[in-house]
Amino acid sequence: MKLREIAHSRTGDKGNTSNISVIAYLEQDYPLLLAQVTTARVKAHFAGVVQGEVVRYELPNIAALNFVMTGALGGGVTRSLALDAHGKSLSSALLDLEIEPAADNQASIE
Amino acid sequence: MRTIRIGSGAGYSGDRIEPALELAEKGDIQYLVFECLGERTVALAQQARMKNPDSGYDPLLEDRMLAVLPACVANGIKIVTNMGAANPTAAAQKTREIANSLGLSSLKIAAIVGDDVLEACNTSDLPIMEFDGTVKQLGNRLLSANVYLGAGPIAEALGKGADIVITGRASDPALFLAPMVHAFGWPMNDWNLLGQGTVAGHLLECAGQITGGYFSDPPYKDVPDLARLGFPIGEVAEDGSLVITKVADSGGAVTARTCKEQLLYEVHDPTRYIQPDVTADFSHVKVEEVGKDRVRISGGRGTSRPATLKVSVGYIDSYIGEGQISYAGPGALARGRLALEIVRERLKLTGLAASELRFELIGVDSLHGAELSSQASEPYEVRVRVAGRTENLREAVRIGNEVETLYTNGPAAGGGAFKSARDVVAVASVLLPRELATPSIQFVQG
Repeated sequence: MKLREIAHSRTGDKGNTSNISVIAYLEQDYPLLLAQVTTARVKAHFAGVVQGEVVRYELPNIAALNFVMTGALGGGVTRSLALDAHGKSLSSALLDLEIEPAADNQASIE
Repeated sequence: MRTIRIGSGAGYSGDRIEPALELAEKGDIQYLVFECLGERTVALAQQARMKNPDSGYDPLLEDRMLAVLPACVANGIKIVTNMGAANPTAAAQKTREIANSLGLSSLKIAAIVGDDVLEACNTSDLPIMEFDGTVKQLGNRLLSANVYLGAGPIAEALGKGADIVITGRASDPALFLAPMVHAFGWPMNDWNLLGQGTVAGHLLECAGQITGGYFSDPPYKDVPDLARLGFPIGEVAEDGSLVITKVADSGGAVTARTCKEQLLYEVHDPTRYIQPDVTADFSHVKVEEVGKDRVRISGGRGTSRPATLKVSVGYIDSYIGEGQISYAGPGALARGRLALEIVRERLKLTGLAASELRFELIGVDSLHGAELSSQASEPYEVRVRVAGRTENLREAVRIGNEVETLYTNGPAAGGGAFKSARDVVAVASVLLPRELATPSIQFVQG
Protein backbone atom coordinates (compact mmCIF):
# COMPACT_ATOMS: atom_id res chain seq x y z
CA MET A 1 0.00 0.00 0.00
CA LYS A 2 0.96 3.62 -0.28
CA LEU A 3 2.05 5.69 2.72
CA ARG A 4 -0.98 7.86 1.94
CA GLU A 5 -3.22 5.09 3.34
CA ILE A 6 -1.87 5.42 6.88
CA ALA A 7 -0.37 8.89 7.17
CA HIS A 8 -0.84 12.53 6.29
CA SER A 9 1.83 15.08 5.66
CA ARG A 10 2.65 18.80 5.37
CA THR A 11 5.67 20.55 3.90
CA GLY A 12 7.30 23.65 5.33
CA ASP A 13 10.21 25.76 4.09
CA LYS A 14 13.04 27.82 5.57
CA GLY A 15 15.69 29.11 3.19
CA ASN A 16 17.04 26.16 1.20
CA THR A 17 15.71 23.59 3.69
CA SER A 18 12.42 21.73 3.39
CA ASN A 19 10.75 19.88 6.25
CA ILE A 20 8.11 17.25 5.67
CA SER A 21 6.01 15.87 8.50
CA VAL A 22 4.60 12.35 8.29
CA ILE A 23 1.78 11.88 10.80
CA ALA A 24 0.06 8.55 11.44
CA TYR A 25 -3.73 8.73 11.12
CA LEU A 26 -3.92 6.09 13.86
CA GLU A 27 -1.41 5.88 16.69
CA GLN A 28 -1.17 2.12 16.19
CA ASP A 29 0.48 2.69 12.80
CA TYR A 30 3.32 4.77 14.23
CA PRO A 31 5.63 1.70 14.51
CA LEU A 32 5.13 1.12 10.76
CA LEU A 33 6.30 4.66 10.08
CA LEU A 34 9.28 4.21 12.38
CA ALA A 35 10.28 0.95 10.71
CA GLN A 36 9.65 1.79 7.07
CA VAL A 37 9.81 5.54 6.53
CA THR A 38 13.52 5.64 7.19
CA THR A 39 16.00 8.40 6.46
CA ALA A 40 17.63 6.22 3.79
CA ARG A 41 14.34 5.58 2.00
CA VAL A 42 13.30 9.22 2.07
CA LYS A 43 16.71 10.25 0.80
CA ALA A 44 16.47 7.73 -2.05
CA HIS A 45 12.90 8.78 -2.88
CA PHE A 46 13.97 12.41 -3.22
CA ALA A 47 17.34 11.69 -4.86
CA GLY A 48 16.41 13.92 -7.80
CA VAL A 49 15.30 16.77 -5.55
CA VAL A 50 17.41 16.88 -2.38
CA GLN A 51 21.09 17.72 -2.69
CA GLY A 52 21.97 17.79 1.02
CA GLU A 53 21.28 15.67 4.06
CA VAL A 54 18.05 14.18 5.30
CA VAL A 55 17.56 14.11 9.09
CA ARG A 56 14.63 12.36 10.78
CA TYR A 57 13.13 13.54 14.07
CA GLU A 58 10.75 11.23 15.95
CA LEU A 59 7.70 12.55 17.78
CA PRO A 60 6.01 9.66 19.61
CA ASN A 61 3.91 12.28 21.46
CA ILE A 62 1.88 12.87 18.30
CA ALA A 63 2.76 9.64 16.40
CA ALA A 64 4.69 11.57 13.78
CA LEU A 65 8.05 11.88 12.07
CA ASN A 66 9.63 15.09 10.84
CA PHE A 67 12.10 14.97 7.95
CA VAL A 68 14.43 17.90 7.50
CA MET A 69 16.05 18.00 4.06
CA THR A 70 18.82 20.49 3.32
CA GLY A 71 19.65 21.69 -0.20
CA ALA A 72 16.09 20.84 -1.25
CA LEU A 73 14.74 24.13 -2.58
CA GLY A 74 16.83 25.09 -5.60
CA GLY A 75 19.17 27.37 -3.65
CA GLY A 76 16.46 28.81 -1.40
CA VAL A 77 12.83 29.87 -1.59
CA THR A 78 13.64 33.48 -2.37
CA ARG A 79 16.02 32.73 -5.26
CA SER A 80 14.90 29.37 -6.69
CA LEU A 81 14.15 28.95 -10.42
CA ALA A 82 11.58 26.29 -9.58
CA LEU A 83 7.88 26.64 -10.30
CA ASP A 84 7.14 25.54 -6.73
CA ALA A 85 9.92 27.49 -5.05
CA HIS A 86 8.62 26.65 -1.55
CA GLY A 87 8.53 22.92 -2.29
CA LYS A 88 4.96 22.90 -0.97
CA SER A 89 4.07 19.99 -3.24
CA LEU A 90 6.80 17.69 -1.89
CA SER A 91 4.56 16.18 0.81
CA SER A 92 2.35 14.64 -1.88
CA ALA A 93 5.38 12.96 -3.43
CA LEU A 94 6.38 11.43 -0.10
CA LEU A 95 2.88 9.98 0.46
CA ASP A 96 3.46 7.92 -2.70
CA LEU A 97 6.05 5.80 -0.83
CA GLU A 98 5.29 2.07 -0.81
CA ILE A 99 4.61 0.56 2.67
CA GLU A 100 4.38 -3.12 3.64
CA PRO A 101 1.23 -3.57 5.77
CA ALA A 102 1.73 -4.93 9.30
CA ALA A 103 1.24 -8.69 9.49
CA ASP A 104 -1.62 -8.53 12.01
CA ASN A 105 -3.11 -11.95 11.22
CA GLN A 106 0.17 -13.76 11.55
CA ALA A 107 0.85 -12.00 14.82
CA SER A 108 -2.47 -13.16 16.28
CA ILE A 109 -1.86 -16.79 15.13
CA GLU A 110 1.47 -16.82 16.89
CA MET B 1 -8.39 31.30 36.19
CA ARG B 2 -8.04 34.21 33.79
CA THR B 3 -8.35 33.36 30.10
CA ILE B 4 -7.89 35.39 26.92
CA ARG B 5 -9.02 34.62 23.40
CA ILE B 6 -6.68 35.63 20.57
CA GLY B 7 -7.84 35.58 16.96
CA SER B 8 -5.51 35.13 14.01
CA GLY B 9 -6.65 37.46 11.25
CA ALA B 10 -4.13 36.75 8.49
CA GLY B 11 -1.59 34.07 7.64
CA TYR B 12 0.22 36.11 5.02
CA SER B 13 0.19 39.53 3.40
CA GLY B 14 -2.41 38.80 0.73
CA ASP B 15 -4.74 36.71 2.91
CA ARG B 16 -8.56 36.93 2.90
CA ILE B 17 -10.04 39.79 4.93
CA GLU B 18 -13.63 38.61 5.70
CA PRO B 19 -12.50 35.87 8.12
CA ALA B 20 -10.75 38.56 10.20
CA LEU B 21 -13.92 40.64 10.28
CA GLU B 22 -15.85 37.52 11.28
CA LEU B 23 -13.43 37.06 14.20
CA ALA B 24 -13.83 40.70 15.27
CA GLU B 25 -17.63 40.54 15.09
CA LYS B 26 -18.41 37.04 16.35
CA GLY B 27 -15.21 35.59 17.78
CA ASP B 28 -15.59 36.87 21.36
CA ILE B 29 -11.87 37.71 21.21
CA GLN B 30 -9.83 40.30 23.09
CA TYR B 31 -6.88 40.37 20.68
CA LEU B 32 -6.70 40.18 16.89
CA VAL B 33 -3.29 39.44 15.39
CA PHE B 34 -2.38 39.88 11.73
CA GLU B 35 0.82 38.11 10.62
CA CYS B 36 1.58 39.51 7.18
CA LEU B 37 5.34 39.65 6.80
CA GLY B 38 7.03 36.86 4.83
CA GLU B 39 10.77 36.20 4.81
CA ARG B 40 11.40 38.39 1.81
CA THR B 41 8.52 40.88 2.13
CA VAL B 42 10.44 43.30 4.32
CA ALA B 43 13.22 43.56 1.70
CA LEU B 44 10.69 44.30 -1.06
CA ALA B 45 9.03 46.84 1.23
CA GLN B 46 12.42 48.46 1.87
CA GLN B 47 12.83 48.88 -1.91
CA ALA B 48 9.42 50.60 -2.01
CA ARG B 49 10.40 52.86 0.89
CA MET B 50 13.61 53.92 -0.88
CA LYS B 51 11.44 55.17 -3.75
CA ASN B 52 8.85 56.82 -1.47
CA PRO B 53 9.72 57.49 2.21
CA ASP B 54 6.03 57.40 3.24
CA SER B 55 5.53 53.88 1.90
CA GLY B 56 7.11 50.55 2.79
CA TYR B 57 4.26 49.05 4.82
CA ASP B 58 1.78 46.31 3.95
CA PRO B 59 -0.26 47.11 0.82
CA LEU B 60 -3.45 45.78 2.46
CA LEU B 61 -3.02 47.73 5.71
CA GLU B 62 -5.65 50.26 4.76
CA ASP B 63 -8.21 47.69 3.58
CA ARG B 64 -7.73 45.58 6.69
CA MET B 65 -7.95 48.46 9.17
CA LEU B 66 -11.01 49.94 7.45
CA ALA B 67 -12.68 46.53 7.58
CA VAL B 68 -12.02 45.60 11.19
CA LEU B 69 -11.56 48.80 13.22
CA PRO B 70 -15.26 49.55 13.89
CA ALA B 71 -15.93 46.01 15.16
CA CYS B 72 -12.68 45.96 17.15
CA VAL B 73 -13.58 49.19 18.91
CA ALA B 74 -17.16 48.07 19.55
CA ASN B 75 -15.94 44.81 21.11
CA GLY B 76 -12.85 46.11 22.91
CA ILE B 77 -10.40 44.14 20.78
CA LYS B 78 -6.74 45.14 20.63
CA ILE B 79 -4.81 44.65 17.38
CA VAL B 80 -1.22 43.42 17.03
CA THR B 81 0.33 43.22 13.57
CA ASN B 82 3.62 43.22 11.68
CA MET B 83 2.01 45.10 8.78
CA GLY B 84 4.51 47.89 9.46
CA ALA B 85 6.97 45.91 7.28
CA ALA B 86 9.83 48.29 6.41
CA ASN B 87 8.09 51.36 7.83
CA PRO B 88 6.11 50.80 11.05
CA THR B 89 5.99 54.54 11.78
CA ALA B 90 4.32 55.36 8.46
CA ALA B 91 1.95 52.41 8.94
CA ALA B 92 0.97 53.73 12.38
CA GLN B 93 0.40 57.22 10.95
CA LYS B 94 -1.73 55.77 8.16
CA THR B 95 -3.73 53.80 10.73
CA ARG B 96 -4.14 57.00 12.75
CA GLU B 97 -5.64 58.72 9.67
CA ILE B 98 -7.99 55.80 9.06
CA ALA B 99 -9.09 55.70 12.71
CA ASN B 100 -9.72 59.45 12.71
CA SER B 101 -11.71 59.22 9.48
CA LEU B 102 -13.92 56.60 11.16
CA GLY B 103 -14.45 58.88 14.15
CA LEU B 104 -12.21 56.72 16.34
CA SER B 105 -9.66 59.35 17.30
CA SER B 106 -9.37 58.12 20.90
CA LEU B 107 -7.60 54.92 19.79
CA LYS B 108 -4.01 54.65 21.01
CA ILE B 109 -1.72 53.51 18.23
CA ALA B 110 1.90 52.44 18.73
CA ALA B 111 4.70 51.55 16.34
CA ILE B 112 7.59 49.33 17.38
CA VAL B 113 10.79 50.49 15.72
CA GLY B 114 14.37 49.30 15.89
CA ASP B 115 14.18 46.07 13.89
CA ASP B 116 16.10 47.81 11.10
CA VAL B 117 19.71 46.88 11.95
CA LEU B 118 21.32 47.55 8.59
CA GLU B 119 23.93 49.82 10.11
CA ALA B 120 24.84 47.48 12.96
CA CYS B 121 25.16 44.58 10.51
CA ASN B 122 27.26 46.53 8.05
CA THR B 123 29.77 47.85 10.55
CA SER B 124 30.15 44.60 12.48
CA ASP B 125 30.64 42.69 9.22
CA LEU B 126 28.75 39.60 10.40
CA PRO B 127 29.14 36.32 8.48
CA ILE B 128 26.22 35.06 6.37
CA MET B 129 24.87 31.66 7.42
CA GLU B 130 23.77 30.30 4.03
CA PHE B 131 26.95 30.92 2.02
CA ASP B 132 30.56 32.09 2.42
CA GLY B 133 30.76 35.82 2.78
CA THR B 134 29.85 38.72 5.03
CA VAL B 135 27.18 41.39 4.96
CA LYS B 136 29.78 43.97 3.95
CA GLN B 137 30.77 41.88 0.93
CA LEU B 138 27.24 42.18 -0.49
CA GLY B 139 28.23 45.79 -1.25
CA ASN B 140 25.63 47.77 -3.16
CA ARG B 141 23.49 44.63 -3.64
CA LEU B 142 22.51 44.89 0.05
CA LEU B 143 18.93 46.18 0.52
CA SER B 144 17.90 45.60 4.09
CA ALA B 145 18.73 43.92 7.40
CA ASN B 146 15.92 43.39 9.88
CA VAL B 147 16.20 41.59 13.18
CA TYR B 148 13.45 39.33 14.50
CA LEU B 149 12.29 41.14 17.64
CA GLY B 150 10.56 39.31 20.46
CA ALA B 151 7.37 39.82 22.46
CA GLY B 152 8.86 42.28 24.98
CA PRO B 153 8.36 45.63 23.24
CA ILE B 154 4.87 44.67 22.00
CA ALA B 155 3.77 43.62 25.49
CA GLU B 156 5.22 46.87 26.86
CA ALA B 157 3.24 48.92 24.32
CA LEU B 158 0.06 47.07 25.32
CA GLY B 159 0.93 47.79 28.96
CA LYS B 160 1.12 51.49 28.13
CA GLY B 161 -2.42 51.34 26.84
CA ALA B 162 -1.94 50.81 23.12
CA ASP B 163 -5.07 49.60 21.30
CA ILE B 164 -3.10 48.88 18.12
CA VAL B 165 0.55 47.82 18.00
CA ILE B 166 2.29 47.84 14.62
CA THR B 167 5.70 46.23 14.19
CA GLY B 168 8.13 45.61 11.40
CA ARG B 169 10.16 42.40 11.59
CA ALA B 170 9.19 40.46 14.70
CA SER B 171 9.09 36.74 15.23
CA ASP B 172 5.67 35.51 14.11
CA PRO B 173 4.84 33.58 17.32
CA ALA B 174 5.95 36.61 19.36
CA LEU B 175 3.02 38.62 17.95
CA PHE B 176 0.77 36.15 19.80
CA LEU B 177 3.02 35.62 22.82
CA ALA B 178 2.98 39.37 23.55
CA PRO B 179 -0.73 39.59 24.49
CA MET B 180 -0.25 36.59 26.83
CA VAL B 181 2.78 38.19 28.50
CA HIS B 182 0.85 41.44 28.82
CA ALA B 183 -2.43 39.96 30.07
CA PHE B 184 -0.95 37.46 32.53
CA GLY B 185 2.28 39.20 33.50
CA TRP B 186 4.33 36.14 32.57
CA PRO B 187 7.98 36.63 33.61
CA MET B 188 10.29 36.77 30.59
CA ASN B 189 12.42 34.00 32.10
CA ASP B 190 9.69 31.45 32.78
CA TRP B 191 10.89 29.29 29.90
CA ASN B 192 8.14 26.68 30.16
CA LEU B 193 5.35 29.26 30.04
CA LEU B 194 7.05 31.10 27.18
CA GLY B 195 7.55 27.74 25.43
CA GLN B 196 3.86 26.84 25.72
CA GLY B 197 2.91 30.38 24.63
CA THR B 198 5.19 29.95 21.63
CA VAL B 199 3.41 26.70 20.75
CA ALA B 200 0.17 28.69 20.76
CA GLY B 201 1.64 31.44 18.60
CA HIS B 202 3.19 28.97 16.19
CA LEU B 203 -0.12 27.13 15.77
CA LEU B 204 -2.05 30.37 15.17
CA GLU B 205 0.39 32.34 13.00
CA CYS B 206 -0.65 30.86 9.64
CA ALA B 207 -4.35 31.53 10.28
CA GLY B 208 -6.37 29.18 8.03
CA GLN B 209 -3.63 26.54 7.97
CA ILE B 210 -4.90 25.19 11.30
CA THR B 211 -8.63 25.42 10.55
CA GLY B 212 -8.52 23.18 7.49
CA GLY B 213 -6.65 25.25 4.91
CA TYR B 214 -3.60 23.65 3.20
CA PHE B 215 -5.00 20.32 4.45
CA SER B 216 -7.79 18.94 2.29
CA ASP B 217 -6.85 15.87 0.22
CA PRO B 218 -10.04 14.16 -0.98
CA PRO B 219 -11.13 11.49 -0.26
CA TYR B 220 -8.60 10.94 2.55
CA LYS B 221 -8.87 14.31 4.23
CA ASP B 222 -12.07 16.22 3.54
CA VAL B 223 -12.75 19.69 4.92
CA PRO B 224 -16.19 21.33 4.77
CA ASP B 225 -16.82 24.74 3.23
CA LEU B 226 -13.30 25.95 2.36
CA ALA B 227 -14.70 28.97 0.54
CA ARG B 228 -15.91 30.25 3.94
CA LEU B 229 -12.88 29.03 5.90
CA GLY B 230 -12.95 30.41 9.43
CA PHE B 231 -9.72 31.67 11.00
CA PRO B 232 -8.53 30.30 14.34
CA ILE B 233 -8.93 31.46 17.90
CA GLY B 234 -6.50 30.50 20.65
CA GLU B 235 -8.11 30.32 24.08
CA VAL B 236 -5.19 30.70 26.48
CA ALA B 237 -5.33 30.58 30.26
CA GLU B 238 -2.98 32.14 32.76
CA ASP B 239 -1.21 28.80 33.32
CA GLY B 240 -0.64 28.36 29.58
CA SER B 241 -3.49 25.89 28.96
CA LEU B 242 -4.58 26.24 25.38
CA VAL B 243 -7.60 25.32 23.25
CA ILE B 244 -7.60 26.02 19.51
CA THR B 245 -11.05 26.72 18.09
CA LYS B 246 -12.86 28.93 15.54
CA VAL B 247 -16.10 30.87 15.12
CA ALA B 248 -19.13 28.55 15.22
CA ASP B 249 -20.67 27.99 11.77
CA SER B 250 -17.64 29.27 9.87
CA GLY B 251 -16.14 26.97 7.23
CA GLY B 252 -13.30 24.53 7.82
CA ALA B 253 -12.52 22.31 10.80
CA VAL B 254 -10.21 22.29 13.80
CA THR B 255 -9.19 18.71 14.49
CA ALA B 256 -6.26 16.89 16.11
CA ARG B 257 -5.00 16.25 12.58
CA THR B 258 -5.06 19.86 11.42
CA CYS B 259 -3.29 20.85 14.66
CA LYS B 260 -0.58 18.18 14.33
CA GLU B 261 0.20 19.23 10.76
CA GLN B 262 0.55 22.85 11.78
CA LEU B 263 2.60 21.97 14.87
CA LEU B 264 5.39 20.66 12.63
CA TYR B 265 5.01 23.25 9.86
CA GLU B 266 8.39 24.89 9.18
CA VAL B 267 9.90 23.17 12.23
CA HIS B 268 13.31 21.51 12.16
CA ASP B 269 14.50 20.02 15.46
CA PRO B 270 11.23 19.89 17.47
CA THR B 271 13.14 20.07 20.77
CA ARG B 272 14.76 23.36 19.76
CA TYR B 273 12.40 25.81 18.06
CA ILE B 274 14.53 28.91 18.43
CA GLN B 275 12.74 32.17 19.16
CA PRO B 276 13.94 35.60 20.33
CA ASP B 277 12.38 35.03 23.78
CA VAL B 278 12.80 31.30 24.36
CA THR B 279 13.99 28.04 22.84
CA ALA B 280 10.70 26.18 22.62
CA ASP B 281 10.41 22.40 22.89
CA PHE B 282 7.51 20.73 21.02
CA SER B 283 8.57 17.15 21.81
CA HIS B 284 6.14 16.70 24.72
CA VAL B 285 3.16 18.47 23.18
CA LYS B 286 -0.13 16.60 23.48
CA VAL B 287 -3.05 17.17 21.12
CA GLU B 288 -6.60 16.12 22.16
CA GLU B 289 -9.99 16.82 20.66
CA VAL B 290 -12.24 18.05 23.48
CA GLY B 291 -15.29 19.08 21.45
CA LYS B 292 -16.42 19.99 17.97
CA ASP B 293 -13.74 22.26 16.51
CA ARG B 294 -12.05 22.40 19.91
CA VAL B 295 -8.57 20.93 20.35
CA ARG B 296 -6.61 21.12 23.60
CA ILE B 297 -2.86 21.58 23.21
CA SER B 298 -0.67 20.97 26.26
CA GLY B 299 2.91 20.13 27.13
CA GLY B 300 4.81 22.91 25.35
CA ARG B 301 8.06 23.57 27.20
CA GLY B 302 11.11 25.73 26.82
CA THR B 303 14.70 26.42 27.71
CA SER B 304 16.60 29.68 27.84
CA ARG B 305 16.52 32.20 25.00
CA PRO B 306 19.48 32.37 22.59
CA ALA B 307 22.31 34.90 23.01
CA THR B 308 21.91 36.03 19.40
CA LEU B 309 18.95 37.18 17.34
CA LYS B 310 18.29 36.15 13.75
CA VAL B 311 18.52 38.88 11.13
CA SER B 312 16.99 38.63 7.65
CA VAL B 313 19.28 40.28 5.14
CA GLY B 314 17.68 41.24 1.84
CA TYR B 315 19.90 41.60 -1.22
CA ILE B 316 19.77 41.60 -5.02
CA ASP B 317 20.87 38.07 -5.80
CA SER B 318 20.55 37.76 -9.58
CA TYR B 319 18.03 38.03 -12.41
CA ILE B 320 15.60 35.36 -13.58
CA GLY B 321 14.32 35.11 -17.14
CA GLU B 322 11.50 32.73 -18.00
CA GLY B 323 9.39 31.64 -20.95
CA GLN B 324 6.43 29.27 -21.33
CA ILE B 325 4.39 27.87 -24.21
CA SER B 326 1.72 25.14 -24.44
CA TYR B 327 1.11 22.10 -26.68
CA ALA B 328 -2.02 19.93 -26.65
CA GLY B 329 -3.68 16.93 -28.24
CA PRO B 330 -2.05 13.83 -29.74
CA GLY B 331 1.74 14.04 -29.57
CA ALA B 332 1.73 17.00 -27.18
CA LEU B 333 4.42 15.44 -25.00
CA ALA B 334 6.76 14.80 -27.96
CA ARG B 335 6.31 18.32 -29.28
CA GLY B 336 6.90 19.76 -25.81
CA ARG B 337 10.12 17.79 -25.47
CA LEU B 338 11.22 18.87 -28.95
CA ALA B 339 10.51 22.49 -28.03
CA LEU B 340 12.72 22.19 -24.94
CA GLU B 341 15.56 20.71 -27.03
CA ILE B 342 15.28 23.53 -29.54
CA VAL B 343 15.44 26.22 -26.86
CA ARG B 344 18.34 24.46 -25.14
CA GLU B 345 20.31 24.45 -28.40
CA ARG B 346 19.34 28.02 -29.27
CA LEU B 347 20.52 29.37 -25.91
CA LYS B 348 23.85 27.59 -26.50
CA LEU B 349 24.17 28.82 -30.11
CA THR B 350 23.45 32.40 -29.14
CA GLY B 351 25.83 32.32 -26.16
CA LEU B 352 23.43 33.10 -23.32
CA ALA B 353 25.32 33.80 -20.10
CA ALA B 354 23.38 31.95 -17.41
CA SER B 355 24.64 30.35 -14.20
CA GLU B 356 21.68 27.98 -13.92
CA LEU B 357 18.97 26.80 -16.36
CA ARG B 358 15.83 24.68 -16.01
CA PHE B 359 14.03 22.96 -18.88
CA GLU B 360 10.76 21.31 -17.91
CA LEU B 361 7.22 20.44 -18.87
CA ILE B 362 4.46 21.67 -16.59
CA GLY B 363 2.03 18.78 -16.23
CA VAL B 364 4.86 16.26 -16.50
CA ASP B 365 8.04 16.91 -14.55
CA SER B 366 8.22 20.55 -13.42
CA LEU B 367 7.53 20.05 -9.72
CA HIS B 368 9.57 17.01 -8.70
CA GLY B 369 11.92 16.37 -11.63
CA ALA B 370 12.21 13.54 -14.13
CA GLU B 371 12.89 10.75 -11.65
CA LEU B 372 9.75 10.94 -9.50
CA SER B 373 7.48 11.59 -12.48
CA SER B 374 8.84 8.85 -14.76
CA GLN B 375 5.87 6.50 -14.13
CA ALA B 376 3.20 9.05 -15.05
CA SER B 377 0.97 8.53 -18.08
CA GLU B 378 0.91 10.85 -21.08
CA PRO B 379 -1.07 14.06 -20.45
CA TYR B 380 -3.49 15.70 -22.91
CA GLU B 381 -1.58 18.96 -22.74
CA VAL B 382 1.85 20.11 -21.63
CA ARG B 383 3.35 23.49 -20.93
CA VAL B 384 6.99 24.08 -21.79
CA ARG B 385 8.87 26.07 -19.17
CA VAL B 386 12.43 27.37 -19.46
CA ALA B 387 13.91 29.44 -16.63
CA GLY B 388 17.44 30.70 -16.10
CA ARG B 389 19.52 32.76 -13.72
CA THR B 390 21.61 35.58 -15.16
CA GLU B 391 23.74 38.44 -13.92
CA ASN B 392 21.75 41.19 -15.58
CA LEU B 393 18.27 41.94 -16.88
CA ARG B 394 19.32 42.05 -20.55
CA GLU B 395 20.44 38.41 -20.49
CA ALA B 396 17.35 37.38 -18.53
CA VAL B 397 15.06 38.89 -21.17
CA ARG B 398 16.68 36.73 -23.86
CA ILE B 399 15.42 33.50 -22.26
CA GLY B 400 11.72 34.34 -22.59
CA ASN B 401 12.30 35.79 -26.04
CA GLU B 402 13.84 32.54 -27.21
CA VAL B 403 10.84 30.53 -25.96
CA GLU B 404 8.48 32.97 -27.68
CA THR B 405 10.21 32.43 -31.04
CA LEU B 406 8.87 28.86 -30.90
CA TYR B 407 5.58 30.31 -32.23
CA THR B 408 6.97 30.58 -35.75
CA ASN B 409 10.17 28.54 -35.46
CA GLY B 410 9.28 25.62 -33.21
CA PRO B 411 7.08 22.50 -33.28
CA ALA B 412 3.53 22.63 -34.62
CA ALA B 413 0.68 24.29 -32.78
CA GLY B 414 2.41 25.93 -29.83
CA GLY B 415 0.14 28.43 -28.10
CA GLY B 416 -0.15 30.79 -25.15
CA ALA B 417 3.46 31.91 -24.95
CA PHE B 418 4.38 33.94 -21.89
CA LYS B 419 7.64 35.55 -20.87
CA SER B 420 9.02 37.41 -17.89
CA ALA B 421 12.28 38.79 -16.57
CA ARG B 422 12.85 40.17 -13.09
CA ASP B 423 15.46 40.90 -10.50
CA VAL B 424 15.61 38.49 -7.60
CA VAL B 425 15.52 39.95 -4.10
CA ALA B 426 16.76 37.09 -1.98
CA VAL B 427 17.08 36.73 1.76
CA ALA B 428 19.97 35.38 3.80
CA SER B 429 20.46 35.21 7.56
CA VAL B 430 23.01 36.45 10.04
CA LEU B 431 23.08 36.19 13.83
CA LEU B 432 23.28 39.47 15.72
CA PRO B 433 24.41 39.74 19.35
CA ARG B 434 21.21 40.50 21.24
CA GLU B 435 22.49 43.72 22.81
CA LEU B 436 22.91 45.33 19.37
CA ALA B 437 19.14 45.36 18.84
CA THR B 438 17.50 48.29 20.65
CA PRO B 439 13.76 48.37 19.93
CA SER B 440 11.61 51.26 21.06
CA ILE B 441 7.95 52.31 21.10
CA GLN B 442 6.51 55.34 19.27
CA PHE B 443 2.96 56.44 20.03
CA VAL B 444 1.26 58.26 17.17
CA GLN B 445 -0.88 61.00 18.65
CA GLY B 446 -4.48 61.63 17.61
